[in-house]
Amino acid sequence: MAQTGTDRVKRGMAEMQKGGVIMDVVNAEQAKIAEEAGAVAVMALERVPADIRAAGGVARMADPTIVEEVMNAVSIPVMAKARIGHITEARVLEAMGVDYIDESEVLTPADEIYHIKKDEYTVPFVCGCRNLGEATRRIREGASMLRTKGEPGTGNIVEAVSHMRQVQSQIRHLRGLSEDEVMVYAKDNGAPFDLLMEIREEGRLPVVNFAAGGIATPADASLMMQLGADGVFVGSGIFKSNNPEKFARAIVEATTHYDDYKLIGELSKGLGTAMKGMEMSTLTPEQRMQDRSQ
Amino acid sequence: MTTIGVLGLQGAFREHVRSVEATGAKAVVVKRTEQLKEIDGLIIPGGESTTIRRLIDKYEFLEPIRQFGKSGNPIFGTCAGLILLASEIDGSYDVHLGVMDIKVRRNAFGRQRESFEADLDIEGVAEGFNAVFIRAPYIEGVGENTKVLARYDGHIVAAQEGHYLACSFHPELTDDHRLTDHFVKMVEEAKKTLAL
Repeated sequence: MAQTGTDRVKRGMAEMQKGGVIMDVVNAEQAKIAEEAGAVAVMALERVPADIRAAGGVARMADPTIVEEVMNAVSIPVMAKARIGHITEARVLEAMGVDYIDESEVLTPADEIYHIKKDEYTVPFVCGCRNLGEATRRIREGASMLRTKGEPGTGNIVEAVSHMRQVQSQIRHLRGLSEDEVMVYAKDNGAPFDLLMEIREEGRLPVVNFAAGGIATPADASLMMQLGADGVFVGSGIFKSNNPEKFARAIVEATTHYDDYKLIGELSKGLGTAMKGMEMSTLTPEQRMQDRSQ
Repeated sequence: MTTIGVLGLQGAFREHVRSVEATGAKAVVVKRTEQLKEIDGLIIPGGESTTIRRLIDKYEFLEPIRQFGKSGNPIFGTCAGLILLASEIDGSYDVHLGVMDIKVRRNAFGRQRESFEADLDIEGVAEGFNAVFIRAPYIEGVGENTKVLARYDGHIVAAQEGHYLACSFHPELTDDHRLTDHFVKMVEEAKKTLAL
């Protein structure tokens, strides 16, 4: 008998996105530019993270009209964001037929303690993580894909780098631990023991882990791939640049051939101005989206 | 030793490498056209077909892959790879490699929430094969020289035409390597013939 919504089907969907770029879009026109440039999926939003930052106030799930408009415009998968812990926003997006839901700290959390119990949904979820504790908790809640949190809408790669390195480094550390040490490690990191044992055995996470939060140039995308990302999300970087078409194509190519530096040099020529970007120390604690969940 | 290339522009190519290695053959990730000279057979993996096609165009892979196939080297397309092999795509004039006489429909089973896994019998290859369908296409019609290998719910989901093999599902996502093994055997046979 056919079974829908299994781990294999949900995680497998993310496997198909590997080596690709997922782009934030706010309308059908941008979605088509992204698809044409070779994006593997688009994230339908009301505003890109940089504009969410600028607008302030409460950021919620996008107007379903925008999501529908994007779904009708492209044949690649369409993702959309729900607020952390907002069961209804997630159910609405699932009912609309969205292909992947991002339970995202870019939106204002609806629940400051609990995340959505994602394994009850047929639609797969992606969640942000900064370390192995967050990664394993999200996987146990049912996330089928992970991404670094980075610091969204800043155009600054520094936090995404730190989060990717942290997860990779913790996996390497875990591999050297004995079983009794893993138990203490599980306690210290608030991580499920059995999942840690599985990761220790396999030497990798059981789901793909993309880079997200601050990727602004082709070189940034390449850097994240070299650090072990399975692919990249580009939020504000593309449609906040001077020439989105060219920028989008360059980021796709830099992700595919992330170790071809001559090519990345060529791709980076005359791209125009990248988004302006923000220095982390200028952010107040309330402005740090990555701290909105654990 | 038989060497199988896996087109590594985007998608689940590492899983195919693992599956090929499990059958005992050698696998290489193909990112450059020159690498086609070093391999005996090619797997075009699942991923996003529009993305893979764009990268195929960008790196001028289209004609070299067609020639690779025309010279008698086997090619196996899974999911997006099946779409790339097809000679006709429903609702689209943009055929990709067009080397296999099949007509396909993209996202034929629906969106991601309709994605599923099911057990299939693949004629002459495997019974009770755990097939994973992700936003999968199916084959609407085949030419007279194309053999249907498997159906799901009446729709054709695996077919072979001479040295071309295609399926809608993802054999690389499970530990069942019987279909990959079938392809490796096709490559070994072709290699003997091409050596004559």
